[in-house]
Amino acid sequence: MRFDLTDDQRILQSATADFLEKFCPVSATRALHEAGRAFDRDIWRHGAELGWTSLIVPEEAGGGSVSGDGLADATLIAEQFGRLAAPGPFVVGNVVAAALAQAANAGAHSGLLGRLMTGEAIGTWACCPPAGGWDPVAGAIEAVADGDGYRLTGVHDRVEAACDADVFLVVARTADGLTQFVVPAGAAGLSVSPLATLDLTRGFGRVGYDGVRVPGTAVVGTPGGAAAAAAVERQFQIAVVLQCAELAGAVEKVLEFTAQWMSDRFSFGRPLASYQALKHRFADMTLWSHAAQATTAAAAAAVQQRHDDAAELVSVAKSYVGQRATDIIQDCVQLHGGLGVTWDHDIHIYLRRATVDRVTWGTPSEHRRRVADLLNV
Amino acid sequence: MNASGDEHPESVESFRRRARAWIRGNLAPLRDGDGDLASAGEADWLRARKLQAKLYEGGFAGICYPREYGGIGLTPAHQRAFNEEVCGYEMPLLLNTPTFTICGPTILDLGTREQKREHLTAAMRGEEVFVQFLSEPASGSDLASVTTRATRDGDVFILRGSKIWSSSAYAADYALCLARTDWDARKHRGLTMFLIRIHQPAVKIHRIRQVNGSSEFCQEFFDDVEVPVSAVVGEINDGWAVATHLLFHERNAVGGGSPYFSGPLPTSRRESAAGDVVGLLRRTGRAGDVAARELVAEFHALGKIHSQLVDRVAAGLRSGQLPPAAGSLIRLFSGETATRRAEIALELAGPDAVMCEPGQGSVRDIGVKFLSRQASSLGGGSTEMARNIISERMLGMPREYAADRDIPFSQVKRGRQNDHQ
Repeated sequence: MRFDLTDDQRILQSATADFLEKFCPVSATRALHEAGRAFDRDIWRHGAELGWTSLIVPEEAGGGSVSGDGLADATLIAEQFGRLAAPGPFVVGNVVAAALAQAANAGAHSGLLGRLMTGEAIGTWACCPPAGGWDPVAGAIEAVADGDGYRLTGVHDRVEAACDADVFLVVARTADGLTQFVVPAGAAGLSVSPLATLDLTRGFGRVGYDGVRVPGTAVVGTPGGAAAAAAVERQFQIAVVLQCAELAGAVEKVLEFTAQWMSDRFSFGRPLASYQALKHRFADMTLWSHAAQATTAAAAAAVQQRHDDAAELVSVAKSYVGQRATDIIQDCVQLHGGLGVTWDHDIHIYLRRATVDRVTWGTPSEHRRRVADLLNV
Repeated sequence: MNASGDEHPESVESFRRRARAWIRGNLAPLRDGDGDLASAGEADWLRARKLQAKLYEGGFAGICYPREYGGIGLTPAHQRAFNEEVCGYEMPLLLNTPTFTICGPTILDLGTREQKREHLTAAMRGEEVFVQFLSEPASGSDLASVTTRATRDGDVFILRGSKIWSSSAYAADYALCLARTDWDARKHRGLTMFLIRIHQPAVKIHRIRQVNGSSEFCQEFFDDVEVPVSAVVGEINDGWAVATHLLFHERNAVGGGSPYFSGPLPTSRRESAAGDVVGLLRRTGRAGDVAARELVAEFHALGKIHSQLVDRVAAGLRSGQLPPAAGSLIRLFSGETATRRAEIALELAGPDAVMCEPGQGSVRDIGVKFLSRQASSLGGGSTEMARNIISERMLGMPREYAADRDIPFSQVKRGRQNDHQ
């Protein structure tokens, strides 16, 4: 939770929390998983009305934030998603909406953007190289000019919500350089296969492009050039910031129910919370949780304001939050005793998701290397 | 309204412009080692006092202190603007802690009008430097167990006992000294805070040599020191309330959140430290070593996150969404971060940190810093105390069992057990 919220942001925060607690409790997410479904489209559409899909989109493009700082507002929702381990393509959906809205040819994609913002269509960002790593530039597939359009060939790995997406924002390389395209799920030559994942709350898949033909109007922004590279970098930053906010929210929630458990559970005639060895560990975890929220908020502000150090602060945040989130949740498993390693206790739902988040969009170690690169070490 | 009672205080931007012009016209560039208590000598203290007098005359002393006590009665925002403008220039940094960030605010909170008029004004002019006389040889984290005895005799108290770990007491003029005035009361109830003159025959000062070779810390011995009743800060036998204020300001100061800190922001110093490590990596030829690069990034990230955490906790405290005890979050982070950073620096420096050609001391300093790295987790309250405060007073977990609760202090076991038998 942030301490500098406006009244409107508080309302957004509590409305999101109320909605998710009512419609997406962890028990409902478990049931979805049992039924082999990643998320519920009706709930997503209702969430869209609460702003889940439109906060980073400027007002003139049909979106709008509550505070004037769309990314800060989006992190508030991400935190609530983290607190409930809620399903739904929140991170990638917002990346795609932001990309379309900020493109030089945004007008050409306004219809699609509108459907993404109402929740009618689901969008995701396809950019990760199958060989590993998270650099979207390295993951660019091949796009060859073909008449008035292009033919796409290659594979993107670890694409969130790939099996549920109606449209993919695809990072490719044309003769002009880095170029992004929108590609509908039904395009000829496009294949999607699910990946098995630790996460019970989200789905990931592999997307293959076997000479997928797209028209020139599918280009988002301009083909090649510094603007295209800057757009991809910014999308990456937005993805990492929202992911850090989800992790920070998850950690906050896990600490809350663990503190409750420590005061309820008695051993040797006294509550767990009365043992100094455990209190001190809990104090450390509380500190790490506050530091995670602080660094996430600072990264979000730098990205929103397009500061020169935005890339650096985003990687500082992920290097810390990715590590500490799993440290904390694992130690909370320990504090729960045997109960913590049972299927019935919800803590493993959070641990699974945090573990996937720690690795996706760059591990803490990969982000430290990025910080070193940015420092010109 | 501001502390001076003006309805229309100067705007921050106007103040900033005025400060910038004055700083450029009056202050010399910052020197290496300025503000480092461990290496400060008599000349440094004298220079700090003169600089403070210069600030006072220029109208930039005590920015957040009220005008009637020698300050200029502006806001923390004005102080922040000044701190940004004064980056790279000399400042009396030695006087910040504890004089302006800990002792001054405590006197401001609970001192008498006369004490504030006399001592705060003198401090603003660079004429008085304060220290804290709190810890004793047998009372560290358990501060309320002090046994320095203050016995009332008419209009004076007579002090007998010893204080320790007072930083730079030899260079200071007055000390806030916590002593026991009622031995039949419970531990926290029989204490009184005094503002005592340091340099007098009945006070003997001994400087303690530390692992890093410095001797900033002192031990004082009181041999029937006469202290007038007018030197009591707060109420007699309510010294713990004063100590609580003092510790609050101390946590703020140690964590980097004090509004009374005047000088280049700790943030910029934390970040220049990261620059030093980047330089170290280049000098040792490991710039291409992935493991070393990750350590540099971690070192850098911890400095950034420290500043971000200070901002977050300050916002939480200001808005009342965090309790005052949350200041301990910053204290714990700074201790743990300093520890980790000393470790990283040692790892990056390699063999040069432990031996080198005579006279090539700059790299070996990293080794010496490593030896005294725990100092940052001890001074200003140990990190164990910070963890107690976070878990008990911030999170409401049950307090530790205390064997000295609810009994007269005279019956409490204290010191080392053998002392008692």
